[in-house]
Amino acid sequence: MREIQVAELTAGVRELFLKANYEIGPDVEEAVCRACREEKSPVGRDVLCQIRENYRIAREERVAICQDTGMAVLFMDIGQDVHFTGGDFEAAVNEGVRQAYAEGYLRKSVVQDPLFDRINTRDNTPAVIHTRIVPGDRVHILVTAKGFGSENMSAVKMLVAADGEQGVLDFIVDTVRKAGPNPCPPVVVGVGIGGTMEQAALMAKKMTARPLDTWNKDPRYRALEEKALAAINRLGIGPAGIGGNTTALKVNIDFAPTHIAGMPVAVNMCCHAARHGEMTL
Amino acid sequence: MAEYRITLPLTDADVEKLRAGDSVLLSGEMLTGRDAAHKRLIALLDEGRELPVEIRGQTIYYVGPAPASPGHAVGSAGPTTSYRMDAYTPRLIEMGLKGMIGKGMRNEQVRRAMQQYGAVYFGAVGGAAALIAKSIRESRVLAYPDLGTEAIHLFRVEDFPVIVLMDAHGGNLYEQGPREFGEE
Ligand code: SF4
Repeated sequence: MREIQVAELTAGVRELFLKANYEIGPDVEEAVCRACREEKSPVGRDVLCQIRENYRIAREERVAICQDTGMAVLFMDIGQDVHFTGGDFEAAVNEGVRQAYAEGYLRKSVVQDPLFDRINTRDNTPAVIHTRIVPGDRVHILVTAKGFGSENMSAVKMLVAADGEQGVLDFIVDTVRKAGPNPCPPVVVGVGIGGTMEQAALMAKKMTARPLDTWNKDPRYRALEEKALAAINRLGIGPAGIGGNTTALKVNIDFAPTHIAGMPVAVNMCCHAARHGEMTL
Repeated sequence: MAEYRITLPLTDADVEKLRAGDSVLLSGEMLTGRDAAHKRLIALLDEGRELPVEIRGQTIYYVGPAPASPGHAVGSAGPTTSYRMDAYTPRLIEMGLKGMIGKGMRNEQVRRAMQQYGAVYFGAVGGAAALIAKSIRESRVLAYPDLGTEAIHLFRVEDFPVIVLMDAHGGNLYEQGPREFGEE
């Protein structure tokens, strides 16, 4: 058994959110640069240029890439031989989020009650924490600072086997088409296929945080990622939604076993400010 | 698609000449406001009470800035998605609101009010928030400080880069642009 002080968690989470909000990942930056070279619309190229310049300013001046510094989402894979000591696990994670958003001049965008009062909690907590127990004695933390312009354009649909690959493809492309300019294109599209309703949504969220230079290991799903990306980029929505052939930077798909009667599909939209990071403790 | 430098407040002549697709550098003063502030303004109007800010002739930027770090007038400050203000906007346009800055589509009622009373909807590049913040020289809270980032601020800007998304004549870049590049 390995003991980990929860203070280590706090420090790690704080560091991850600061970095994610100031420094865009090299995978995302590279994808935007490539789009900039290949975009046919001159105005679209200007927009992509502004996005690159924005990444540079944020990194150099240590200011937020986007003012919507998101809701803090964490995927934590916890080795079953780990024993956390020195405090409450969730409180320690939230403390890391609180410190990052306070000290980093990041916007606090969380309201306590979603329907009635909508009063800001003023420290961007609580975070959305997904834990999984895995073999071993390590802790892997994947975080994403999820903006809501794109989150609001996401969708889940309960398809059935008869809908087939075409049904999935149509649902992905339709979701992006309906979103139009709202999610700050070029977008990253996270897709979860199978499982149950909430498992599909969870996979989709995790896929928005998968590096853009990786593909599904199953060649059929990889082909679907590529087909969906090509179809989305034929929509013409373009950078900032004002026309062009770069509407999405990447489609990341994951899948899971499902019930004989169903095929849930979730599409989680993420913007070009695709802020994610990971570390292992 | 023309390029302009315009000093705020927008004049009727500015509104008249601007067309969807034009690039504009705005300088001068603008208000900020998001859903929460709009909701309060409309509630005051419903009660027949006076508003805490003058709307006539103004431009509202839909933004909830990040906090300013030392040495900056404002934190990162890109546009938020505008449709959340659609329910409130026609009333404000009727009262003389001339400009809006945001991102994303507007509904039919907003577009009709823009044409009827003369108003322009500008877009700033969503997510280019650190870059945009560089053109904001001064920021102070005018109303609703309890709303924090959602308070109504006064921004003084210099060469704030926007594109005309929807003009007062029915032009809509979100239709024109994608139509030109779509391959469906
Ligand atoms: S969708 Fe993304 S880039 Fe656009 S405003 Fe929200 S967080 Fe920023």
